[in-house]
Amino acid sequence: MLGRQDLGSITQTVSAIVERPTPRAWYVAMALSLSLTLVLAASVVYLIITGVGVWGNNMPMAWGWPIVNFVFWIGIGHAGTLISAILFLFRQKWRTSINRAAEAMTVFAVACAGLFPAIHVGRIWLVYWLAPYPNQMRLWPNFRSPLVWDMVAISTYGMVSVLFWYLGMIPDLATLRDRATDWRRRLAYGLLALGWRGSARHWHRYERGYLLLAALATPLVLSVHSVVSCDFAVAVLPGWHTTLFPPYFVAGAIFSGFGMVVTLLVPARAFFGLKDLITPRHLENMNKIILATSCMVAYSYSIEWFMAWYSGNSYEQFAHLNRALGPYAWAYWTMLVCNAVVPHLFWFKRCRTTPWIMWIVAVLVNVGMWMERFVIVITSLSRDFLPSSWGLFRPTLVDAAMLAGSFGLFFTLFLLFCRFVPMVAMAELKAVLPAAHQPAGSGG
Amino acid sequence: MRSAEQPSVPGEGTAGVASSRRGPAEGEQPAALLAEFPTAEAMVEAAGGLRRAGYRKWDAHSPFPVHGLERAMGIRPTRLPWLVLLAGVAGAAAAIGLQWWTNAVDYPMRISGKPLFSLPANIPVAFELVILFSALAAFFGVLALNRMPQFGHAVFASPRFRRASSDGFFLSVEADDPQFDALRTRQLLESLGATAVEACPQPAGGGTVPGAVYWIVATSIVLALMPPLAVAWYRAVPKSSPRIHPISDMDFQPKYKAQSASGLFADGRAMRPALPHTVARGRWPADEALYRGTREGQPVGRFPLPVTMELMRRGRQRYEIYCAACHGLAGDGDGMVSLRALQREEPNWVPPVALHEERIRRQPVGQLFRTITHGVRTMPAYGPQIPVEDRWAIVLYVRALQRSQHARLEDVPEERREQLR
Repeated sequence: MLGRQDLGSITQTVSAIVERPTPRAWYVAMALSLSLTLVLAASVVYLIITGVGVWGNNMPMAWGWPIVNFVFWIGIGHAGTLISAILFLFRQKWRTSINRAAEAMTVFAVACAGLFPAIHVGRIWLVYWLAPYPNQMRLWPNFRSPLVWDMVAISTYGMVSVLFWYLGMIPDLATLRDRATDWRRRLAYGLLALGWRGSARHWHRYERGYLLLAALATPLVLSVHSVVSCDFAVAVLPGWHTTLFPPYFVAGAIFSGFGMVVTLLVPARAFFGLKDLITPRHLENMNKIILATSCMVAYSYSIEWFMAWYSGNSYEQFAHLNRALGPYAWAYWTMLVCNAVVPHLFWFKRCRTTPWIMWIVAVLVNVGMWMERFVIVITSLSRDFLPSSWGLFRPTLVDAAMLAGSFGLFFTLFLLFCRFVPMVAMAELKAVLPAAHQPAGSGG
Repeated sequence: MRSAEQPSVPGEGTAGVASSRRGPAEGEQPAALLAEFPTAEAMVEAAGGLRRAGYRKWDAHSPFPVHGLERAMGIRPTRLPWLVLLAGVAGAAAAIGLQWWTNAVDYPMRISGKPLFSLPANIPVAFELVILFSALAAFFGVLALNRMPQFGHAVFASPRFRRASSDGFFLSVEADDPQFDALRTRQLLESLGATAVEACPQPAGGGTVPGAVYWIVATSIVLALMPPLAVAWYRAVPKSSPRIHPISDMDFQPKYKAQSASGLFADGRAMRPALPHTVARGRWPADEALYRGTREGQPVGRFPLPVTMELMRRGRQRYEIYCAACHGLAGDGDGMVSLRALQREEPNWVPPVALHEERIRRQPVGQLFRTITHGVRTMPAYGPQIPVEDRWAIVLYVRALQRSQHARLEDVPEERREQLR
């Protein structure tokens, strides 16, 4: 935190974002992202009415962009949980300024991610067949299938993220309720705050509950991308069938997620006047994590090559040569440059602390990580064991519209969040103010 | 030490949601006393004093969790972690039980010869359900133990209390406390360092949530229940009109089935009679023995085409392509497919017969031909896949296999008999 912040000024700074008249720029941004969301809605409706043939998916590319987008978005979400849960358990106090926004990002990214497998099943009105329920066919899901694990993991992740986010927000919603000047705000925030009155007995259980949720979310976030990676690793396809995938995917998820947090927060802190609360130190810390996870991802890329050589399996070796030199070489090298080369700029303090440089790097990280999922999904499927069944993937307009539209949905939700919900966790921030610790000494 | 301010102006309180409060009438017992303190430290000290004075029903309110307050107030550790532990154990039991019962008991699914129930494959789902159950218990446990949502509470009547969620520190003493006395409690709070003490009125009858909210919630629930009720109604009640079929999937396909009508042709039939001077596949009437393996309905005992070494070689090759997978290379009924199915304990598998069984050996060649053509029991028909001559070639090779397993010495050429000894 910078400047002379006290309890009242934190309340004032954060609540003012929600309470002042809507800025014109917000309407402009909302119009842009909402129109992209409408593009998404239109293409989803078109897809459902017409069938999945409107995508570029066709044998052998049964998993096209929808699964690329799914893995990309679910990875984005992971940084939010990492910031809010893992850094909380490690008592990293700097996280309090950014955890609310990061958790919101998690929830919205999971919403974008969940959309894709749901529409990818083709007949979306039968998507409930994934769930184990007694039916007249007397069939049950096959629990050995990673796709069933995936369904359980993603829905658990979405639900726990929402609960964690909301529980953390209750005291701040009460703050907005108490500051509300017109009855509509008082009613809306009052209902959402559930009658929170800052009682010491309530705080006691609340803190314990929050700690427990953080402790539960930490293994959860590691498990979710591991399970997602099992969708690939359990298959026998060359380039997928490797035990490296779970840790490699988790590292990549955190990498891409932090890239997205920086992409969002650099403009948001300037626009909403939060530079005193989200300081260069926060950004620098996140950039250090980006650098560390970039190294992990680069290490995974090299281990993939090593394993391809060491396995002595000619299919595995071909799959990797095909990635680097085949028809999708451009994607592979874009991925390598964006993920394994560009982040090394963060070894220099000037790059770690200059907003425009870090923003460009973060955007490139996002591009690189989308490319990574593209490389994994598309190259392995396009050329597997039998050359007679090889094929290339050509995305259609609907594919592109859905990718763009999912960003629209994400930014629409994020803009709504910025406008209507406290963007920074006020109560948590107050608890880490230097002044807040005096009573602890005298009181016991 | 300032004295208490006047009770709140009607309608100004924060209340849980919206306010419908009034100030206490003269002489009326207040519901609670609310005391404000300048700092968290002062509040913690005052809390210690209030506890020592023997008060039970009182609380502290702060915009963030003040550490040290729990000890000063004597708050005992919450039961929440135990609830979460219980829920986690329940989640694990539910997940393992569900996977075991569905995949190993109710609908046994044998996959790649793996055991019906094996823990490693069930770990991911069990792990996620442990997390899910525990997280739900943690969240709803906090709400339930805190008696939330609780929109109406005496302290909300005070406009001053709004600062409790921003930068104010308060202690509240409820009138239900046996020690409570409006005057003495107020004096005690003031002596403990309160900058202001305020009486909160009894909550006026009626909720703090506007009635419209309840109406909206009730209406939404009713509206949300209508579609499933309509579905249930249409499913349960017999109707003469066709069922509503919202999603047609591929139930109605633009194609003709056997015996259906068609407006395309003058005779109104979708099925077309054979064109003149053509013969449908498998309908060639001329050589019954060759095409059907029968003569006047009875299986033929002799080959209807010349038996040559060429035919025998062809038969061996075709047999090894089409038949050996199940019946085995030597016709013992031990082909790879059958062995695999037996190994996997496939419940519906009927093992193929050994071609050397007496029953099969006695069958006339026409019978074998018909079996290949039309299939038998679980063996599918190969007529559509294997041309007529090749089927006879296979029959010939099967005869040779049968002979090979029941050969006499005379069957061996004279110059080779020496090798058998």
